[in-house]
Amino acid sequence: MNSGPILEVKNVSKAFGGVQALTNVSFEVYEGEIFGIIGPNGSGKTTLINCITGFVKMDAGKVFFRGKDITGRAPHKIADLGVTRTFQVMRPYYSLPAYKNLIVPLFSPRARRTGGWRGGGRLGDRDTVGIDILEEIGFERDSFVPYKLASTLPTGYLKRLELARCLALRPEIIICDEVFSGLSMAEVASIVPLIERLQMDGITLVMIEHRLRELFRVANRVMVLNFGEKLTEGAPAEVMEDERVREAYLGTEEV
Amino acid sequence: MATEERRRERLDRGIKVRTEGIYAISTWQEMAYLLVPRLVLILGILMLPLVIPSLYWQRVISIVCIYALLSLGFDFLAHFVGLVSLGGAFFIGVGGYLAAILSTSLGLPPALTIPIATLVGGAICTFLLLPCLPLRGIYFAIVTLMYPLVLAKIIEALDILGGTDGIAGVASFQSRWVEQYFIIVMVIISLFGLRRLVNEDVGLVFRGVKDNDQAVRASGISITLYKSIAVYIASALGCLGGAYLVHLYMWAGISLFALDFSILPIAATVIGGGGTLVGPLVGSFILVPISELLRAFGTLRIVFYALILMAFIVFGSEGIMVYAQRKYHQFERWVKV
Repeated sequence: MNSGPILEVKNVSKAFGGVQALTNVSFEVYEGEIFGIIGPNGSGKTTLINCITGFVKMDAGKVFFRGKDITGRAPHKIADLGVTRTFQVMRPYYSLPAYKNLIVPLFSPRARRTGGWRGGGRLGDRDTVGIDILEEIGFERDSFVPYKLASTLPTGYLKRLELARCLALRPEIIICDEVFSGLSMAEVASIVPLIERLQMDGITLVMIEHRLRELFRVANRVMVLNFGEKLTEGAPAEVMEDERVREAYLGTEEV
Repeated sequence: MATEERRRERLDRGIKVRTEGIYAISTWQEMAYLLVPRLVLILGILMLPLVIPSLYWQRVISIVCIYALLSLGFDFLAHFVGLVSLGGAFFIGVGGYLAAILSTSLGLPPALTIPIATLVGGAICTFLLLPCLPLRGIYFAIVTLMYPLVLAKIIEALDILGGTDGIAGVASFQSRWVEQYFIIVMVIISLFGLRRLVNEDVGLVFRGVKDNDQAVRASGISITLYKSIAVYIASALGCLGGAYLVHLYMWAGISLFALDFSILPIAATVIGGGGTLVGPLVGSFILVPISELLRAFGTLRIVFYALILMAFIVFGSEGIMVYAQRKYHQFERWVKV
């Protein structure tokens, strides 16, 4: 299966009432790459994620993971295959300490099967595995940070916690919904190497972003959405030069 | 003149480590601090039938225990899984009729009918509630309230299962003390079992379903599965109560579907303190006897009952046990510096 794309999205369409959120969007993601999806506000990026991961039923189209049709499957079944996602509006369990947040994903059938991130096929003590994952993702082990209540963590850590929740499932793909948004330049600078390391560890990343400069530093290929339609796709540098992309972001120049 | 330096220190200091619910116990005093309230509760409930010699009030204790099981189930579903269930009457009815049928038509003794009615009844209730599991909040509550009404009317209209006369001749317990202590022990086991359950890792999954179901689904866990497990636990508790009730009265009838079984557990949970599990138990032990005491007022009983309930809700809306637990953890002692 290595030759084909790991994730294949074919002609996905979705309308909310009269609003056409997505029209015939198709793209392919290959194993081990970082695939960026950009587009102005309201261009359908998050809806696209929701369709792929089963949180929203699409009107038309197909999604294949490693050649297997996963269209319309329940979200937990898609996650069980290793197609994981983060949420743009972070969804931690606020009343729990950070490391206890990972108990839930570590309780999933997939984590029990795989042992979680770096697990050797058997899941050890969930608290310990959780703290190990948090350490990998940038929570200092010997500090109090992993033990702090999620409600007291700053945004940067909550974004990491979202990624950690995916890692607990030992994912094949992580679809990130705007991990960089709401972060300071310094926080972004500390998350970028993390993303690169995940790629080196063999995880395929699909990154939906608003902040193009940071995305273009890490992405191998980029797709542009505008009003629910695919504008173009290509290497970051090519996409930047595309006239239509500039129009979508900056508006048409009227002389 | 030497002055002694003293400061106040909370008793549970040193016991609580970093996180709520993890204790590091090193001395007998610390152990006593944790054990005494639990022992007082367990021994208190166990002693109750001994210190109350009146047969009438011993029967009331049995009824209290049935309501305590329902309230435990309600609190578990509402505060740990996020399902507000008004299905108390439904659970009692299913468990009760099941035990009555098993007892009268198959001639099984209570030692068999009660476990079967509990386990099978829980499965029946869960199966019937499956279509409603995606519903949340008030919608789930309304639907669960409909079930007992529907079942009662079906039995009445089709004249099945004894119709309005009910099923008489259900076997009784072999002795009064078995009858009394069986239910008390079941309540204690259920209370501590549920408390253990919600503090285990699986309990965090249940709480995740309540607070954040999207994140649970994104974690590869089926929320429908965990909701149905939770509903099974709560309905099995209710069915246990129902099965016990028909053996207590030696009769099963439409009154098993009475709304009291759905409504009183909510009141007991509010008064006792929701989310504590022990609160609903305490609430049942207050509300049911009050309702019995008020029988002296005849028709005005409901008026006084409502007034007492309102007073509890207005002046103690956080619940007795939430208040008591907070105060208990705030006990302080003087220590030399």
